[in-house]
Amino acid sequence: MNFFTRKRSASSAKERLQLVLIHDRTDLTLEEMEALKDDLLKTIARHIEIDPEAIQIGLEKDGREQRLVADIPLRGAARRRAG
Amino acid sequence: MTAQVITVTSGKGGVGKTTAVANLANALAMDGKRVVCIDGDIGLRNLDVVMGLENRIVYDLVDVIEGRCKLKQAMIRDKRYPELYLIPAAQTRDKNAVSPSDMVRICNDLRADSDFVIIDSPAGIERGFRNSIAAADRVLVVTNPEVSAVRDADRVVGILEAEEKGSPALILNRLNPALVRNNDMLSAEDVLDLLGIQLIGIVPEDETVIIGSNRGAPVAADGKSRAGQAFRNIAKRLQGQDVPFMDLEPQSGLWSAIQKITGRK
Ligand SMILES: Nc1ncnc2c1ncn2[C@@H]1O[C@H](COP(=O)(O)OP(=O)(O)O)[C@@H](O)[C@H]1O
Ligand SMILES: [Mg+2]
Repeated sequence: MNFFTRKRSASSAKERLQLVLIHDRTDLTLEEMEALKDDLLKTIARHIEIDPEAIQIGLEKDGREQRLVADIPLRGAARRRAG
Repeated sequence: MTAQVITVTSGKGGVGKTTAVANLANALAMDGKRVVCIDGDIGLRNLDVVMGLENRIVYDLVDVIEGRCKLKQAMIRDKRYPELYLIPAAQTRDKNAVSPSDMVRICNDLRADSDFVIIDSPAGIERGFRNSIAAADRVLVVTNPEVSAVRDADRVVGILEAEEKGSPALILNRLNPALVRNNDMLSAEDVLDLLGIQLIGIVPEDETVIIGSNRGAPVAADGKSRAGQAFRNIAKRLQGQDVPFMDLEPQSGLWSAIQKITGRK
């Protein structure tokens, strides 16, 4: 790898650790996380109209606390407002 | 007097727990405090050699617990200071020779006439670690700016929180400022951001630490050692003093002046 083009290793270390720590702390593997997201989507879709493509569900870190954060735009409501 | 019981732990082995205990104990003793260290690494006794007290051991922690001697008899005094003692670990293979309640009892006996009891925890999250944290009023987690050490430190912090031991403070050991400057080592800010705990000190990578261990003379007593200075600062913070963090740039003075003039940084 070229000295000038290589990404400095400290940033890879930090990015990789960020992911690993979230999963260590929550005891959730990436696969389990995907399954959880699928289940959440299915449940929500039974009650309201949603656009599966626009949905974002993920783990976020706040200090030492982990949060499951979901951002779910409501398709029906948006359309109604737009008239 | 009622001692503060401080446990030094890490998750990963070899990050500098024993070094930190020996140096903090020396620095506190230099400040006139009455200090008792306990080597909690049963079966892998180490603190005695790092402190230079290995030739004076008669009784150990397990002898106290099993009633073969009085607590005072197992306390080896470091003759370089008026009030610095070590209770060595046993070299027994029986990991169950010590229980958390034994540690609580011994520390309570020590509290009355010491200022600080400092416990050197073994690596890992097993029995020896549990014993070491059982009596702690305060826990210090040592890590290196390196992926596996940080990951293991995070596990330990999680366990300490679950055990309601409070949030521990971090000692970031073996930081190499030149590597950090080149972005090839996690910085103190990176590690703090990842672990989300408070910082009590940064100790630079420093060859005087190894020389000090070779001689059984912890570098906290060496006025010229940078790592020694870092440990002395942590010892002051443990006494409640507000000491600014050291500037770890190795080339202060002339070299940094040259860098400024030539615009290099
Ligand atoms: N700041 C430092 N600079 C250089 N070497 C260090 C530093 N801290 C620790 N070491 C060395 O690292 C090794 C492991 O340290 P040790 O205190 O025995 O770790 P632990 O008790 O966590 O297993 C020892 O050889 C020690 O001398
Ligand atoms: Mg050790």
